[in-house]
Amino acid sequence: MENVDISERSELKGTQMNETTSNTAVLETEFAGLETRDAHAWFGNHHALAGVSLQFPARSVTGLIGPSGCGKSTYLRLLNRMHEFIPNAAMAGEVRLHGQDIYAPGVDPAAMRLKIGMVFQKPNPFPAMTIRENVLSGLRLAHIKVDDEESLLEKCLTRAGLWKEVKDRLNASGGSLSGGQQQRLCIARSLAVEPEVLLMDEPCSALDPGSTLRIEETIKELAEKITVVIVTHNMQQASRVSDYCAFFLTDGGPGYLVEADQTRKMFTTPNDSRTADYVQGKFG
Amino acid sequence: MSMQATPSRPWEKEKIVRRNSGLTLLLGALIAYVIVLFTGFAGPDGWAVVLFALAATFTFFRNRRLSVKERKDSRARLLIAAASVIAFAPWISIFISVLFKGVKGLRPNFVVSDMRTTTPDDFLNMGGAAHAIVGSLLMVLIATVITLPLGILSGLYITEVRGRFSGVVRVVIQSMSGVPSIVAGLFIYTTFVDATGTFSALAGALALGILMLPTVARTSEEVLKLVPDDLRSAGYALGARQWRSTLIVVLPTVRSGLITAGLLGVARVIGETAPLLATALSNTSFVFNPVSGPIGSLPMYIFGMLQIGTENSINRAWTGALILLIVVFGLFSLARYVAGKDKR
Amino acid sequence: MHVVHSRGDKVFRGIVSAGALTSLILLGLIGAFLLARGIEVFNTSGFKFLTGSNWVAGSEDGVIPNDFSIGPMIVGTAIVSLIAMLFAVPMSMAGALYLEFYAPQNVRRVLVALLDLAAAIPSLIFGLWGVQVFTSFGERWAYFLSDRLGWFPLFSTISDNFGRSPFVAGCVLASLVVPITTSVAREVYSRTPRELVDTCFALGGTKWGAIRTVVIPFGKSGVVGGAMLGLGRALGETIAVYLLLNINFRYTFKILESEGGNVASLIATKFGEATPDEIKALVAAGFVLFILTLTVNMVASAIVTRSTKGAPA
Repeated sequence: MENVDISERSELKGTQMNETTSNTAVLETEFAGLETRDAHAWFGNHHALAGVSLQFPARSVTGLIGPSGCGKSTYLRLLNRMHEFIPNAAMAGEVRLHGQDIYAPGVDPAAMRLKIGMVFQKPNPFPAMTIRENVLSGLRLAHIKVDDEESLLEKCLTRAGLWKEVKDRLNASGGSLSGGQQQRLCIARSLAVEPEVLLMDEPCSALDPGSTLRIEETIKELAEKITVVIVTHNMQQASRVSDYCAFFLTDGGPGYLVEADQTRKMFTTPNDSRTADYVQGKFG
Repeated sequence: MSMQATPSRPWEKEKIVRRNSGLTLLLGALIAYVIVLFTGFAGPDGWAVVLFALAATFTFFRNRRLSVKERKDSRARLLIAAASVIAFAPWISIFISVLFKGVKGLRPNFVVSDMRTTTPDDFLNMGGAAHAIVGSLLMVLIATVITLPLGILSGLYITEVRGRFSGVVRVVIQSMSGVPSIVAGLFIYTTFVDATGTFSALAGALALGILMLPTVARTSEEVLKLVPDDLRSAGYALGARQWRSTLIVVLPTVRSGLITAGLLGVARVIGETAPLLATALSNTSFVFNPVSGPIGSLPMYIFGMLQIGTENSINRAWTGALILLIVVFGLFSLARYVAGKDKR
Repeated sequence: MHVVHSRGDKVFRGIVSAGALTSLILLGLIGAFLLARGIEVFNTSGFKFLTGSNWVAGSEDGVIPNDFSIGPMIVGTAIVSLIAMLFAVPMSMAGALYLEFYAPQNVRRVLVALLDLAAAIPSLIFGLWGVQVFTSFGERWAYFLSDRLGWFPLFSTISDNFGRSPFVAGCVLASLVVPITTSVAREVYSRTPRELVDTCFALGGTKWGAIRTVVIPFGKSGVVGGAMLGLGRALGETIAVYLLLNINFRYTFKILESEGGNVASLIATKFGEATPDEIKALVAAGFVLFILTLTVNMVASAIVTRSTKGAPA
């Protein structure tokens, strides 16, 4: 019974976010084309996520926040079909990109993931590759031919804020960089295949504060051109980098979406008292 | 509305697609069978080659509408599957052959009689390998009695005493695990057999012991290494001396691990033939005295029956192989079961 | 650890040390014994022991001198092992990749359990299977090779007898090695960091793309180590080769012909009716084999240790 309420509420909030955004500046309300409708996720019999409906605003950063175990990372992996690599995983509902359900039969997941890229928790450059090879690895993997690899290389590294640091040692191993640099290399690697959306799963949790700030700047710059969805545990980070926030919670059962709104509003006058408690650090 | 949501796996192939590909494969197998009937290809290997050729052709045509990336993926899938079949076929064939050919001679007399009054080509309801089984057990028992304590003491020396020669002991044990089994047999042959003037169970057991010792010592060392230092310190903190701490705290903690070490050692040597060729030889009747002379063993029984090469002797060899495999697998399963108990 | 040792401790340490040193001496004795005999033979025959192709036991009166050498045996051992590895390594890599990345979960569970058992099958049973089951297949393939590719020196044949050839023995050795190398390769591949594989998919790669880009490079040294482990087993294998290969003291590279050489198999064949001097030569041959497998095993364990410890930088 209670669960029904929850899912209906999250449905409502998701829609509400859209309404809220329509009141703000025109640029911000533009819809990125990525949305979920009543999305559920299971691991075996464990119902991990229930009834999340959410639309992502274009060219902005949306932060997914909430205590651990609330399903936000699961939700993120649902968005580009990484969820299905976990044995016994299952799902329900729809994830749409430009109106097309990415889970529909006949959809090529590899082609879809080119549009929705992903950066992981720990920096993970390919160990056997140089910096250059790392950035261009996506082209090889996806068999994309590019006329001018050098300028693409420079463009991606510049956007990831790494060009100046590595331009003289592009043939050094990716592993020779510091942790923060490695993570920016991973961002550059994701950018090389020119995604529309970039999913980031706690990209700074393994980094020191200095590197974290650099990455956050990079993320903000990225959002001028593409849509970023970032999972974060860190309230300060969410308030610093995100334009919108979606708050996930679990009451012991499956995780669900409590509300989603502009970050400013979520951190000052959220609709739900639990959101207020969470962002003020009362739990989680 | 959402609670009615049912978990689904849209990424999995639909049932009908799976059924269709299953049917396609079946059809391919049938076509391959027909081709085998009418061409020079023969046997299961010829059939597999034709089936692979069919699959490759089919994949080639189906892939024409795919992208380069997907084509490479599907080609790799086909090649990996085909190569796996080649990799898995031999030992699956061994399991099946041993089971089906061995079962023919598996009668009560096989495990109670010896071959003293039976010739190898006699009917399968006469004679048996009981003497060989007893011989194997006797030799393995002696080998275990000798090597298990030595192996465990070596492990203790490296992990607990941490003596001056720890490094040397470890290196020598490691290198001796590479002694070819025939060389171990030859060593005992030129020393022990020469000195005593006869092949014997004891000579066989010594040769097996040489092969067993490195396995037991290394496994013991690895098991003992897993004992956390905290546990040892706890022993000392209670005022226990090192020997008491080792006996009361360390050894009981790894008891099942040490049993595993012994079981793995036994499994390693019970099927060895080459060293017995030079030390224990073989016999057609029961021998219980470890120093009296040549003694039969299961591997030598199989080996001998195979060398004789008549229909029934070969059947006997397969039955021996079946018993040997059951013993080896039993030992391994037991070792795994015991080792699993430790972790819990 | 700073522990004050009591008398009980001293006794305990004494017993343990004595046990360890006994093992050390026992194993060391074998090495020393083999070494001594090896040196003895090298002193009398010199380097020719390794290169010559004669095995003549002299008569007691000395009219016919001893002439022992194992050149063709060493070459034959190398050929048979090489054939085995040539088949075993690619097949095990494919098998391991299939188990880790393609097989449905339940198929995988069954095959992995069976594979562990397969690695424990005694080599005698491989020999039995080789003689009774595989040979007819092997002969057919050998016939096919010599028929179609006979112009190539390696596959040329004089007789029509393809059984007990290096090719057949090599194939059976390959079957014997595959469970070991597949187990190691699977273990190594399963350690590939999940995130690296995920990254390949997130970059629009296919399964094969991920395997080629991440899995194979990551597992390279482990697989090489596993292959060396298998090679060590193949080099020292006695009974299976004894059952499946004709020994002949002549250098030959015709792998389909039913003659070849093998050090371990030579020892098993000859020691029974050997003269005392011949025994010494056989022990020396055993020493050569021991050094060969020892080297391979040491290199293998060094590689495996390196690749399973600490992730690559």
